[in-house]
Amino acid sequence: MPADGGIGASPKRREDVRFLTGKGNYTDDINVRGQAYVHFVRSELAHGHINSIDTGAASAMEGVVRIFTGADFESVGGIPCGWQITDRFGEVMQEPAHPVLAQGKVRHVGDPIAAVVAETYEQARDAAEAIEIDISELPAVIDMKAAVANSDVKVHEDLISNLCYDWGFVEENRDAVDAAIKGAHHVTTLELVNNRLIANPMEPRVAVGDYNSATDDHTLYTTSQNPHVIRLLMGAFVLGIPEHKLRVVSPDVGGGFGTKIFHYAEEAFCTFAAKACGRPVKWTSSRSEAFMSDAHGRDHVTKIELAMDAEGMFQALRTETYANMGAYLSTFAPSVPTWLHGTLMAGNYKTPLIYVNVKAVFTNTVPVDAYRGAGRPEATFQLERVIDKAAREMGIDPIELRRKNFITEFPYATPVAVEYDTGDYHATMDKLSEIADLSGFEARRAQSASNGKLRGLGVNCYIEACGIAPSNLVGQLGARAGLYESATVRVNATGGLVVMTGSHSHGQGHETAFPQVIADMIGIDASMVEIVHGDTAKVPMGMGTYGSRSLAVGGSAMFKATEKIINKAKKIAAHLMEAADSDIELKDGQFSVAGTDKSVAWGDVTLAAYVPHNYPLEDIEPGLEETAFYDPANFTYPSGAYACEVEVDPDTGKVDIKSFAAADDFGNIVNPMIVDGQVHGGIGQGIGQALLEQAVYDSDGQLLSGSYMDYAMPRADDVPYYTVDHSCQTPCTHNPLGVKGCGEAGAIGSPPAVVNAVVDALQRAGHDITHIDMPLSPSKVWSAMNS
Amino acid sequence: MTKVSMSVNGRAVSGETEGRTLLSQFLREELNLTGTHIGCDTSQCGACVVHVDGKAVKSCTMFAAEAEGADVMTIEGMANTDGSLGMIQQAFQDHHGLQCGFCTPGMVMSAADLLKNNPKPTETEVRAYLEGNICRCTGYHNIVKAIMAASGQDVTIAAE
Repeated sequence: MPADGGIGASPKRREDVRFLTGKGNYTDDINVRGQAYVHFVRSELAHGHINSIDTGAASAMEGVVRIFTGADFESVGGIPCGWQITDRFGEVMQEPAHPVLAQGKVRHVGDPIAAVVAETYEQARDAAEAIEIDISELPAVIDMKAAVANSDVKVHEDLISNLCYDWGFVEENRDAVDAAIKGAHHVTTLELVNNRLIANPMEPRVAVGDYNSATDDHTLYTTSQNPHVIRLLMGAFVLGIPEHKLRVVSPDVGGGFGTKIFHYAEEAFCTFAAKACGRPVKWTSSRSEAFMSDAHGRDHVTKIELAMDAEGMFQALRTETYANMGAYLSTFAPSVPTWLHGTLMAGNYKTPLIYVNVKAVFTNTVPVDAYRGAGRPEATFQLERVIDKAAREMGIDPIELRRKNFITEFPYATPVAVEYDTGDYHATMDKLSEIADLSGFEARRAQSASNGKLRGLGVNCYIEACGIAPSNLVGQLGARAGLYESATVRVNATGGLVVMTGSHSHGQGHETAFPQVIADMIGIDASMVEIVHGDTAKVPMGMGTYGSRSLAVGGSAMFKATEKIINKAKKIAAHLMEAADSDIELKDGQFSVAGTDKSVAWGDVTLAAYVPHNYPLEDIEPGLEETAFYDPANFTYPSGAYACEVEVDPDTGKVDIKSFAAADDFGNIVNPMIVDGQVHGGIGQGIGQALLEQAVYDSDGQLLSGSYMDYAMPRADDVPYYTVDHSCQTPCTHNPLGVKGCGEAGAIGSPPAVVNAVVDALQRAGHDITHIDMPLSPSKVWSAMNS
Repeated sequence: MTKVSMSVNGRAVSGETEGRTLLSQFLREELNLTGTHIGCDTSQCGACVVHVDGKAVKSCTMFAAEAEGADVMTIEGMANTDGSLGMIQQAFQDHHGLQCGFCTPGMVMSAADLLKNNPKPTETEVRAYLEGNICRCTGYHNIVKAIMAASGQDVTIAAE
């Protein structure tokens, strides 16, 4: 292994030095000479007709460069949606227009109506105050079931209803599932809400547009998880700028969690306005703006029914979900409650018949899209909650009920269209039992009881699907993009390497972990490998980072490109040593001829590639640079088992998390330290969802949780130290690294563990409580105990 | 516009500001010290914590003019004189106490203030002190661990 970290080592992160010394380069740190600043005027009403916008007084104010309204954007495209769902009747989803600035109507609080570009932020904000906007308020459509039942008030008048689609999966199974549930020995039913969340990366979004009139080149600096995707969506569908005239740069990005995947109106605005104003235009979101303009997450209302035989073997599963789309379709919104949710409903279990129905609904709220886990937490939560309820109804231990239904043979084709390649669910449950000391729970419960606290244990499993693929399949499912990844590996003459990867790091540590793979393959120090990402002018192509895909897909592309490098380098080495290509071996950075003591060093070969004096020019080209595009054959399927112990204060209903343990199977691991950190962070967000967080709208569509004083982010004293383990490893069979992805697991597996634990604590105390909707605030828990 | 002068990281600086200019803006926009981050507009997130006359302050809660004559320390001033990471910074790197890095400057500045006033805090005290610093990436596990380690205490955590 390379001295400074190959596969399986945990070298310190190289990116940390700049972040710890204040030398990071985040988008808001970028100022382009001559830039003006934009402030957006956003709707304060959830729904209304715009009668007039008077910018006269504002335009005359000091420092104002120009004021834009929706009329300025009538000649360009709207914000596109990247996924088209076909409903259970074979019809395509209803897809509304999404203008850059509102045209005719406002549809959610925060919908941008006008934009003031001025010399300073302060002048832009001052002038915004002077714009007079007359809006006739319309009733707001907020409750999803009401929105579907009543089409008198529509979010989009040109659509036939507020229903985006009514999706059935697998539709052909519907009758068989209905029949199995009707005839089952026992059916457990649970109605629940998956609470609406706001991703809240700590860095608010920023966009800086720049335009060079002499060359007709556009540049957009933006806080994105996938700059190439933004280039394509904005260039091709909104502004009509070809890729070769549009550069998108996403430098250091301060967290994403999904909400920085999507193409936002503010990006298109700044790019458009830079040309229109003839100078760079910068927008920095305030946190208050972020709450009402970043895409939200989750927001499902679900009924789930699990049918079992007398022994507790699962016979059939039926779910009906209302999924909130918000006022417009965000980039990947339609895929989240469907292909990222329905396909996961088998979980870790051999349920032979499954039917998933999802009704996606337009409401007068901020658009909803992927947030860490994206569909998979929603699937896991309902499944693992209904299993816990079923265990109690059947009088079977919840862990035992799970174990007896585990899938044990792989590959396993589920009834919801996916095929798990590997897994060992008993092994992760065994490991969980060990690291969580499940056998010691009763003693800890007695100790809690002696302190007047109600202790509960929640255990659950999860399955994840990472690296959504292959592209030809996702195309059939409605994706308007491919889901491959690309990497270019450039070897310099003196042996150092630069990897241009389409993956994007916004906290995941790619600059440290990716070189570990290449260093291991070649046998050189990881410090000889540099990672370049986040700039469409430097990286050939990229689909970006989301869905825990970076190492499984982006890393595999990098692996394939490095294989090409090694193959060519071996040819050069063979020439230098006058041997056959097939006899060349590469180990520890030395090429040798098998069975001899002849060898040349990595640096000798790379130098020969660029100074080709003694070189087989008739057979191979000089230089050493290769590109690979990798399109996976399947998803990867990480899995795991999680345990949470809580104490509930019977006097106040406050839930205190006493311990949290996670046993995950991520396949092979490149950097265990980074994997631990990813799981910690996911669990922290999952505990946040379970106990603290909720985006709340009132019936008029006002966002009540619009700041950190109202939206309860998890703080350091809300969470414990976590116990995490990833020693159970069943490598992925279809990518070259055998890796599965670890970014979202913690957020997927943890909410049901917390809720299962709280319900367990209350039931052990004699309360007839089978479910409480998240977040389990003290008032909700106290009310449940005292109702 | 008002002229303000102060010492920042041991260097005398001055600049022109509006009365409403916050110290956080002044540091970023006037002095180009972009390590101080702005993560919210309600003084909740703590990404902008700096030290003013030896005390940890959210720099979005002060006007730049209020720092007239003050001794200000930012994340850019926390490294050792030879440029190597300071003790707390090094502990954050050693224990993977940061991911995206955006909350990190505020975390380090808060941690320094905590350890100055409470050199051997308990885990509970560390968590309580960090109430005013939000991190979305780490679940706080490795931040707490890093601060405990920086205080010279054992951070062996069972079964990790």
